[in-house]
Amino acid sequence: MSEVQIVDNMIDITIDGVEYKAKEGEYILNAARANEVFIPAICYLTRCSPTLACRICLVEADGKQVYACNSKVKEGMSITVDTPDILAERRAMMEVYDVNHPLQCGVCDQSGECELQNYTLELQVDSQSYSIPDTKRETTTWSSVLHYDPGLCIVCERCTTICKDMIGDAAITTAKRGGEALDKSWKDNMPKDAYAMWNKLQKSVIAPSNGTDSTDCSDCGECISVCPVGALVSRDFVYTSNAWDLKRIPAVSAHSSDGFAIYYETKPAGIEDRSEKIFRVTNEWNFVSLDGAARFGYDFENKGVAKDETAFNSAVEAVKKAETIRFNSLISNEEALMLQTLKEKTGVKLYNPEVRPFQKFLNLYSVASGASLYNGTTDTALKCDFAVSVGGALRNDSPGLKYAFNNIQKMNKGAALYFHPVGDKLIPTFGKTVEMFTHKAGLEEATLYLLLDLFADKDKLPSDTRDYLASFGENELLNLLGANAEEFTAAFPKMMKKKENFVLMVGEDYYGHAKAENLVKLIVLLEESAGFQVVMNPPKSNALGVALICDLDDEASGYTVGYNENGDFKLSALGTGDLDMPAMNQQEGTFTTLSKRVVPTNVALEYNGYVLNDIMAKVMDAPRETIDWTEHLPLEKGYQAIAFDDLLNTYDNAGRDNRGYLLKVTYEDVEVANADKFDVADALEGDIVYRANPPRQFNDFSDKAHQIFEAFGLYASPERAETLGSKAEILFKNGKIIVDVLVDTKMEGDIVALSDFKSAENVYELFGASRYQEVTIRKG
Amino acid sequence: MSLEQFKNRNVGTQNYVKLDLDHAPTDAWSQFKQVVKRTFQPELFVGLGVTLREMMNSLFRGKSHTTQYPFEKLPVSPRYRAIHDMLRLMESGNYRCIGCGLCEKICISDCISMETKYDENQRKEVSEYTINFGRCIFCGYCAEVCPELAIVHGGRYENASEQRASFSLFEDLLTPIDQLNLQQEYAGFGAISPNADENIKSTPLAY
Repeated sequence: MSEVQIVDNMIDITIDGVEYKAKEGEYILNAARANEVFIPAICYLTRCSPTLACRICLVEADGKQVYACNSKVKEGMSITVDTPDILAERRAMMEVYDVNHPLQCGVCDQSGECELQNYTLELQVDSQSYSIPDTKRETTTWSSVLHYDPGLCIVCERCTTICKDMIGDAAITTAKRGGEALDKSWKDNMPKDAYAMWNKLQKSVIAPSNGTDSTDCSDCGECISVCPVGALVSRDFVYTSNAWDLKRIPAVSAHSSDGFAIYYETKPAGIEDRSEKIFRVTNEWNFVSLDGAARFGYDFENKGVAKDETAFNSAVEAVKKAETIRFNSLISNEEALMLQTLKEKTGVKLYNPEVRPFQKFLNLYSVASGASLYNGTTDTALKCDFAVSVGGALRNDSPGLKYAFNNIQKMNKGAALYFHPVGDKLIPTFGKTVEMFTHKAGLEEATLYLLLDLFADKDKLPSDTRDYLASFGENELLNLLGANAEEFTAAFPKMMKKKENFVLMVGEDYYGHAKAENLVKLIVLLEESAGFQVVMNPPKSNALGVALICDLDDEASGYTVGYNENGDFKLSALGTGDLDMPAMNQQEGTFTTLSKRVVPTNVALEYNGYVLNDIMAKVMDAPRETIDWTEHLPLEKGYQAIAFDDLLNTYDNAGRDNRGYLLKVTYEDVEVANADKFDVADALEGDIVYRANPPRQFNDFSDKAHQIFEAFGLYASPERAETLGSKAEILFKNGKIIVDVLVDTKMEGDIVALSDFKSAENVYELFGASRYQEVTIRKG
Repeated sequence: MSLEQFKNRNVGTQNYVKLDLDHAPTDAWSQFKQVVKRTFQPELFVGLGVTLREMMNSLFRGKSHTTQYPFEKLPVSPRYRAIHDMLRLMESGNYRCIGCGLCEKICISDCISMETKYDENQRKEVSEYTINFGRCIFCGYCAEVCPELAIVHGGRYENASEQRASFSLFEDLLTPIDQLNLQQEYAGFGAISPNADENIKSTPLAY
């Protein structure tokens, strides 16, 4: 039995005569799971609201039959999991689920990992008492990745629940099946709950919620992973492999900075090619939800590489004479440490335009706040009831935070404010108390002043800031930020009702902002005076790790070695460089995630070439293996001296993240500084381009994956795209680019978004540090 | 089956019944008499008669029991496990294999390998299938586990080859479509029992 984490408010409960500890206010099912007591349940998802579709979690609590998934534990509660009545109900339910379920287990993609099969056996269903004519249900494809076989579907609604409560897209819902009505005689002749469940089951299937045949969603594939049967499968995976043939390799998603825990599932590619191939990516869906890049962007390996000694020797020469090494955030902590060590030895410049602004911002933050790092994580954000997002296109940049932002609305009866210059049609659908501010780019300071005005305990503010806040007229800030002031002031008290935990999600726009220093001061004021918890979204992959480990330079100069980036000598895991490097699914090492967790990732695919450590061994002292660097990660930045092989990579039954370790955050007392005033004239006017990738695209590697279809280009709202035509030429101050114009139906407003995921296009050079640029856009 | 009889380890203490045998001859003369008596029994001539008859049959009546292998072959028992066959459905001519992968999984010498895909009829299609007969130990598990009686053991037992290993592909094992009428239902290892019907519970069907 695992130890239950003892926190405040623990209460005693009894399950089947054994005493356990449980958190107050927890659902019976979760309390039982945390204590490793088994209660059958199909439709319940840990971080989502109870659906009550399957009803098999029926238990007896203090003599009354309740559903374990939606009844909370009480002090001294006595729970019985199986009574004869309940067992009869459960058996009837499983028989009902088996009515007309196709007997194609032999070919089904669930191949034994089926919960319907498990519970049918668990409840020893060996005969069938019920019957009804079947309804023809056609197999459909909902999107470029989703494949739905309604014949296999048991309408547990886990897919719709996760899509609504966690992902936020609410792209699928239950629809009419058109099945025959149940014979009334069943009502008297079968257990009550089983009848109610059947009645509903017989009427429904799952369908896209927009009324068409295809889903309008971010294609994250989370519905696939929660499906207990083989009804939802990715189009690419259908009928290609049995689950039991696949080897599961625990790893970390290489794309977004969330560092999602994933499993690469591999087996030999085929009869002719016996080398391992990744067939799919799966996850612990009760505890972590992936985005589309993590789930489908997995086949970016550098294939067929052998040791090319001449290329290796010239790489060693190149690194020796390099004045600059240019890289991005798709690099493990260990590799980052190698580069940093090299810099300390030889003085080579480390140039990383993706991470440098973030690093500066973190430094400013620790100076201003006295904390070595921001205090929030995705897990703590999930427990908040008021979310504020600033400076980030949540839908594009940061799937994990988007999920938290949405989940807070659905699970914690929360409210939220979303500040961003680019309008978004999805965000306001997260909840009734979600307010979106589409403000002008350049007025980011004003948003934070508004937040201070709304949330801060004014007595805790420094006097100058307090006076400055008071100098604004009524609704002046609201009007400035493009809100409907009257409506908002009427709605706000309702939003604030019973709210206790506030989280501020800070996005990438702020890091390269011209007034970053002032933004940091304002964020610190919000933390101090309004009790905000702060989470910063590192721009992509391992940006936090690079920012903490490497001492980056502002400029590149001289002979440059590029690591997955442009340079005079190119080390590349894409297979396009002068020397091949292993891609993230071919190497082991650690990542530092948005949640400040150092997590290990493992080798999924074979790689026979040279790695960065081999080059390092030639130019300086280096240990034998890349992972020998893990225990030498800088302690002063919060890392710990733990060897790679000692890092865990699991969640426990209660959902606690046991992967790797959390960075240590140190706090110092500092005087809270006054923030500077802002200038309305900073607002950008005219044609504005925003540097942002479409959802599911993060870098060259996600682009290489064959199931990620989002193209490089200029994304615009449908109205704006119409005025732009099919191609556009964008003139920046220091260059121009001609790109395809693509429609993002969820965008609003006139600001267009230029992708940056192709390093060859050098979009970072065009933009500089800021994510917004005033440009001239011509039809291309 | 009860394990009682295996648990009785008191061997030798049971009441054995002894046969009433003649006493063995003790001196040389009685030994000689016994040999002569046993040798010149009339049965000797019965045996010689059979030999003479069969010699006549074989030489003059064309009734030989010798099989002229390899020109002639004897039929093998249906339970014999030789090179595999892939059977087809008699009605449609389609192959029976559904691509479930159980044979691949159960194979203890890991010699079966297959590739499957989603076909245009929304079914699982076996796109590649191979057995490495260099490694196959003819244990029969694949035929036993096959839920469709698709992979079975055939009667081809001649495995001599110029190469050490020989791979067989799906087409090699499959009943040729023009010989579908010659396909025999498999009665060996893994075939359903004759009383299978008795063990099936009926399910109510409303239509």
